[in-house]
Amino acid sequence: MKISLSWLREFVDLDESVDDLRSILDDLGLVVEGVEYVGEGLEDVVVARVDEIRAIEGADRVRLVIVDAGQGPLEIVCGATNFEVGNFVPLAPVGAVLPGGFAIGERKMRGVTSHGMLCSSRELGLDEDHQGLMILDELTTPKIGEGLLDALSLTSDVVFDISVEGNRPDAWSVEGVARDLATRLGRTLRAPALATATSTVESATFASAHIDAPDLCGRLTISVLRNVKVGPSPAWIAQRLQSAGMRPISNVVDASNYVMLELGQPTHPYDAQHVAQHTIRVRRARSGEVLETLDGIQRPLAMAGRGLGDTGEDCVIVDGDDRVLGLAGIMGGASSEISAATTDVLLEAAYFDPMTIARSSKRHGLRSEASNRFERGVDPELGLRAVARFVEILRESVEDLEWLANSLDVRGTVPTLPQVHLRDGDIARTLGVSLSRAEVTSILEGLGFSVQSDTTGLVVTPPSARLDVRSGSPGRADVIEEVARLYGYGRLPRHTPTWPEPGGLNARQRLRRRVRDVIVDLGVIEAWTPTLISDGDFDLVHSNEERVRITNPLASEESVLRATMITGLVKVWIRNIERGVGDVVLGEIGTVFTHPLSSTHARVTKGGEGGGVTLELPHEKERVTVVFGRLDDDARVAVGFWTVLSRRLGLKDVVVRSSMECPAGLHPTRTGALVDRESGAVIGHVGEVDTSLIESLAPSLRGRRLGVIDLDFDALADPTRALRRSELAEVPSRFPSAAFDLAFVTPRSVHASDLAHELISESELVESVDLFDVYEDESLPEGTRSLAYSIRLSSKDRTLSESEVGSERERLIGRARELGAVLR
Amino acid sequence: MSTSPLENLSQEVTRLLATIESFDSLAALVDAEASIIGKRSALSSLQKSLGSLDPDARRDAGARLQEARRLVDDAFAKRREVLSANARSAQLEQDRIDLGDVVVASIRWPASTGHASLVASTQRELEDVFVSMGFTVSDGPEVESDWYNFEALNIPPAHPARGMWDTFYVELGEPETVVLRTHTSPTQIHLMENAVSSSTLPIHSVMPGRCFRRDTPDARHLATFHQIEGLVVDRGITFADLAGVIETFTRAYFGPDISSRLRPAYFPFTEPSAEFEITCTICRGEGCRTCSQTGWIELGGCGVLDPAVLSAVGIDGEVWSGFAFGFGIDRCAQMRHQIADMRALTENDVRFLEQFS
Repeated sequence: MKISLSWLREFVDLDESVDDLRSILDDLGLVVEGVEYVGEGLEDVVVARVDEIRAIEGADRVRLVIVDAGQGPLEIVCGATNFEVGNFVPLAPVGAVLPGGFAIGERKMRGVTSHGMLCSSRELGLDEDHQGLMILDELTTPKIGEGLLDALSLTSDVVFDISVEGNRPDAWSVEGVARDLATRLGRTLRAPALATATSTVESATFASAHIDAPDLCGRLTISVLRNVKVGPSPAWIAQRLQSAGMRPISNVVDASNYVMLELGQPTHPYDAQHVAQHTIRVRRARSGEVLETLDGIQRPLAMAGRGLGDTGEDCVIVDGDDRVLGLAGIMGGASSEISAATTDVLLEAAYFDPMTIARSSKRHGLRSEASNRFERGVDPELGLRAVARFVEILRESVEDLEWLANSLDVRGTVPTLPQVHLRDGDIARTLGVSLSRAEVTSILEGLGFSVQSDTTGLVVTPPSARLDVRSGSPGRADVIEEVARLYGYGRLPRHTPTWPEPGGLNARQRLRRRVRDVIVDLGVIEAWTPTLISDGDFDLVHSNEERVRITNPLASEESVLRATMITGLVKVWIRNIERGVGDVVLGEIGTVFTHPLSSTHARVTKGGEGGGVTLELPHEKERVTVVFGRLDDDARVAVGFWTVLSRRLGLKDVVVRSSMECPAGLHPTRTGALVDRESGAVIGHVGEVDTSLIESLAPSLRGRRLGVIDLDFDALADPTRALRRSELAEVPSRFPSAAFDLAFVTPRSVHASDLAHELISESELVESVDLFDVYEDESLPEGTRSLAYSIRLSSKDRTLSESEVGSERERLIGRARELGAVLR
Repeated sequence: MSTSPLENLSQEVTRLLATIESFDSLAALVDAEASIIGKRSALSSLQKSLGSLDPDARRDAGARLQEARRLVDDAFAKRREVLSANARSAQLEQDRIDLGDVVVASIRWPASTGHASLVASTQRELEDVFVSMGFTVSDGPEVESDWYNFEALNIPPAHPARGMWDTFYVELGEPETVVLRTHTSPTQIHLMENAVSSSTLPIHSVMPGRCFRRDTPDARHLATFHQIEGLVVDRGITFADLAGVIETFTRAYFGPDISSRLRPAYFPFTEPSAEFEITCTICRGEGCRTCSQTGWIELGGCGVLDPAVLSAVGIDGEVWSGFAFGFGIDRCAQMRHQIADMRALTENDVRFLEQFS
């Protein structure tokens, strides 16, 4: 909201500097987002008359203009062409500094010296018009040599752009901001001049007003203004509106906007001759009704909307023929608009139910200055005061305006004002500091609250404008915030609390950090790939699967929740390859989503209006995905990486099973599942990215292998699925180990790790069994390969004898034979 | 009358179909594409010869030719599908390795330097500061019901305050009942509900995580971003405790010469509410362009828990009170490292990622 300093000063004395005012407003929670200086730099600009226009030899873009600014003829070179001899235009003489710091000096162009500059209104910072020079005769009756500010009845001013918080509808006006300032600074808040009725004719003899939907319209006042002459507003009113960012339209519309900006009450003027029986009625819209709004759009009313709990309720204004005149509190219709021919005006000032306005405005995609205020809550008692101010303003241009006596005033349901009991000690319990009753009372009374003392504390009633103040304990918090705000947050004490409960991370969070640390240690560069992806990218891996879709995406490329991070990482890898820096290992720890229809683990939660419905939400899975993209990386490298990672994470025994089903996106013949040997749980997959995925994203990378590990972090974090190695330390034997190698011709159906596991479990004396060679050859029987292990034996209490080693060796060979593995 | 140019059409089609079937390599088939169905094919030449016919004959011949082309095109596409499926399964067979037989000891592991993501390491530093102050860390889901994301936080449907969070809705259930969380605050509601049902109050926890807002990305905002919030529910907690925690955190994370201040603001779930600002980290409070000469930059929002939020989750506001605060993790990273455009964080250019430890 833009508010000018001169306007504020009508309500409260302010002699602080602009910077000081800015900090005071900030500290009141009325945050100043910008400061503009209107008319600054125009002090030296004067009115000049164009006396002669001459061509300059050799120049077709500029002409020589001779003007008189009261001190004889002055030669100016000018590029504009929208004026003629006799026009009055603004002249910035040599030495003037225009808005934006542009200094005017003598300048020589095409051999002619220019003694100043003739200006457009944009160059003067007055508006955006840059079509040519500002022609003053169209605006006013200018005099040669007069200062431009005087000629335009402008005063230089400062405009604050203030961001008003959603819970402060009362502050969305000049008076509201002034009230905060007056209270903070301990000054008097002046009331604006209000008109009284100028006619003894009763309003009821001319018009009537009715509320048919008292729950939607809490207050309806209709005032009758006669003898209206529609025309332009006086310059000072136009300037006030412009400083607030509004365009002057006509004195009637301007008065309505003026009052809204000044007091916060939107009003709506109707041309009485277009309102049947001069009757204004507020009711619910019926389905099938259509309204053409001022913007020329046909809007069907009372249609249920998409919003949660939106039943399609619209509140409309109708006339005596039950014809819809407007969408209450949001936008008027074209039929009863004020025009140059208007003489009698019905002026509506009302209170509408905020939620009804909010829903209608959202559903129709219609926002107006009025709806923005009504949906936050306009003071239900403000209407007639605003009308009195409206009349006072309109009288500036319509001297013999008639305001009929006793405006019509109909009441519906308005929120009742709560009584908030502020007990002694409540402030200390919330703010951590005690304030005296007197101090609290003075702040609250300044803001218009009424305050009474009783034996236990203060009984506080908010002014009717403060619809944000609730009842009960929430209301107490609302009142305490007001006290704190005006007292000054910066003056409140600070205290850092301590408590006996320890802080820290839980086991899952510690494991997540451990995983990140280890993979980074092993060379992974962690990326951040998008959670929101395109259908096309989703289909690359999960075609035909249900997907979790966004209803209102910013772009179709970001309309689906990812179900894997593999695609995202492959794309990052490709982009870096294209930039010549892709010889890297990339990884991510993040969340992927499964549609509740395709998941057995849909998350069940509370939802719907009031949380009364049970909803099934997507299954969110946390995964750790790494792609190995260095030139020679492949599935084997990924297996090696996993081996190190699983040891660093303290996992007991997770084996690679290549026979398991291969998930989409992975290479079907170069992928293995990571399976916990004891629990049988699948912890993830290791292998390569499917070459067809790489090819479809980057045909030029055909043939490149990309190793991958895709871990289910939820399984990893569950010690009943991913079993942990015992924490008990094992001290190695002090006696020497015996080592020998064994190679077995083993059927492909027997996993190398299973054979090793069987051998190590066979005898207490087996210390370790490590695969060191796999030999495949046509000379071996069909369906077998040779697995060579290096085996260490040791005992805790003795050095093993040669015969003991020999018999152990035979035992192991025998055990292997039982499994089909024959010593080579 | 001259002979029709299509006299030999059916023989030509039979010949082409046989040729197509004779290919047994995908590469050879693709190489021959132009001569079978392309511009250099026999059927294309026939097409050109139709020009000499009278209009009726031309229409009739055109239709026959089109039918012939369709037959050949279909056969070609079908053959290509078969051959590429063959090629893929041959390739897969050739590729096959048993990952159970990998000899780990023989794997060559080239030296490469890893780097944690800037967001992840910033999050960790922030968590560590709060953990040292006695906070636990809580995680929560990224998809939430409207109830947890808004209504339980005192923001009913259609409330104008919802304009503060541009929301992505998820296509599940009734319209607008499921959202991508716009803040990590729903995790606060889950925490309070759990603490009430398991009688484990008090709560001192921070909740970091990914959030989503339907804002067009620019230098200072991303539609997907990370936030960390804090929640304290305990006996005797006041606004002074909130201000103290913010100040202690600010000095611990940004350094001893950076301090904090609070100014009034509005959030539906806290009352009193505040924005918190810290000394501008660029000019150290002297005033510069980044802080619009004020010496302060806005970091986040905070406030004393609104009694309505407490009672919605069944916490007795006469016994317990608390506060909440929240701010952007990415924003902290941006400030600390003076990253002019936030979008660098999601570019994933290795040369950017490698700069952070």
